[in-house]
Amino acid sequence: MPNENQSKPSAWNFLALPNDSTAKTFIMATLVCLVCAVFVSVSAVALKPLQVLNKELDKKKNILQVAGLYQDGDDIEAAFSKIDIKLIELATGEYTTEYDAATYDERTAAKDPELNVLIEKSDDLAGIRMRPKYMPVYQVKDEGVVKQLILPVNGYGLWSTLYGFIALETDGQTIIGLSYYEHGETPGLGGEVDNPKWKKIWAGKKVYADNGDVAIEVIKGMVIPGSAGEQHHVDGLAGATLTSRGVSNMLEYWMGSEGYKHYLTKIQANGV
Amino acid sequence: MSNDTKKIILDPLVDNNPIGLQVLGVCSALAVTTNLGTALVMTLALTSVTAFSNLSISLIRNHVPSAIRIIVQMTIIASLVIVVDQVLKAYVYDLSKQLSVFVGLIITNCIVMGRAEAFAMKNPPGVSFFDGIGNGLGYGLVLMLVGTFRELFGSGKLFGIEILTTVSDGGWYVPNGLMLLPPSAFFIIGLLIWALRAWRPVQVETADFKIKEVNGTEAV
Repeated sequence: MPNENQSKPSAWNFLALPNDSTAKTFIMATLVCLVCAVFVSVSAVALKPLQVLNKELDKKKNILQVAGLYQDGDDIEAAFSKIDIKLIELATGEYTTEYDAATYDERTAAKDPELNVLIEKSDDLAGIRMRPKYMPVYQVKDEGVVKQLILPVNGYGLWSTLYGFIALETDGQTIIGLSYYEHGETPGLGGEVDNPKWKKIWAGKKVYADNGDVAIEVIKGMVIPGSAGEQHHVDGLAGATLTSRGVSNMLEYWMGSEGYKHYLTKIQANGV
Repeated sequence: MSNDTKKIILDPLVDNNPIGLQVLGVCSALAVTTNLGTALVMTLALTSVTAFSNLSISLIRNHVPSAIRIIVQMTIIASLVIVVDQVLKAYVYDLSKQLSVFVGLIITNCIVMGRAEAFAMKNPPGVSFFDGIGNGLGYGLVLMLVGTFRELFGSGKLFGIEILTTVSDGGWYVPNGLMLLPPSAFFIIGLLIWALRAWRPVQVETADFKIKEVNGTEAV
């Protein structure tokens, strides 16, 4: 490229300028920025639809996984057609149609001043500072009858906020599964929240004690069979005390009256 | 492939390894080597960024004002990294979720910047491109080695496939938790560099200073 500018049209004459002249510095800086900006924007815009699709599929896959309806290679959309999405208002536990449940995103809503509630520090067990007013509830249907309720939960562990779903039976009390789709805990330690063996322990555990308090808890060490409160206790993750505590706290928060309790009490009384 | 190109690609694998000899890019090598899957994707991402940044910087090398050359290089590298990140998000979503912030941090990876400044600014585009590929692969080689150790001893797996059945899955192997934490990568990289320099003594740096022997009777 050097020394080839004599015969070029005049627009290219700047190339002949000495490299360190002010004019050339400005022209080069502008050109580099311009070319890079176009390159980045084009790729970002072109790949956007694929990315959005991936994100939606990933979330749906996680919902199906916690419901136990997904094996690798299944058609996610087809399996997801069994699931009804409804929005509930957490403060009252009533269904609401104010927003379109299919496009409502609770994570965006948590940051939207119009849609969120700031959590008092003393109440903020999950360490999330704010929560949306409305939350989606995924109702898994089998031949028209609701079989499972899937509720999004999130809370702070050791390094990161864990995002996941808890699947409950329609008695609003018995856990079917708990699964996280996003977290940044230490692989092998707190990251063991993804361990299928550990996730299996959750099935059949009960959320509430007889007096209505949230009793579900990840304890330290192993649950001794036959011990008091066995149906509320889950084995702790070895070497991950803080992540285990985070899981306990987030369930205490989300199953409590700040979270889904109003809704679940209604379900327990009147059915889905 | 001519001998020159071959040499440019193969040299950074052992003789001039970016991590082993130049000791660049160690930070990301600590972060993404807990399993081989992420290490491999990181290698590919870094190799493509280094190759294309070298290529584009080399193309304009004669017209980059020296006063702003670093920021010009950074702009080009940053753009490429964003594009790579976008491509990963679009096509291998699961892995890009695991790599999270580390793809973005390729921007600050000293190898990319180092090769741009040291090689691409002085050499024609073709050679620069291959130099980028070679250095990316050299980095990847170390990453894969470290990743093998860490995944095997940390979680008993390789590429997510169980090799040593861990105690939590009913086997005999007690995973070494330290292997999953960043310091273990430091130890492994240190040992690798030691091994490399024992094998190729040419790579041993001359000491910056010599400790003077002080005789006990001498006044200090």
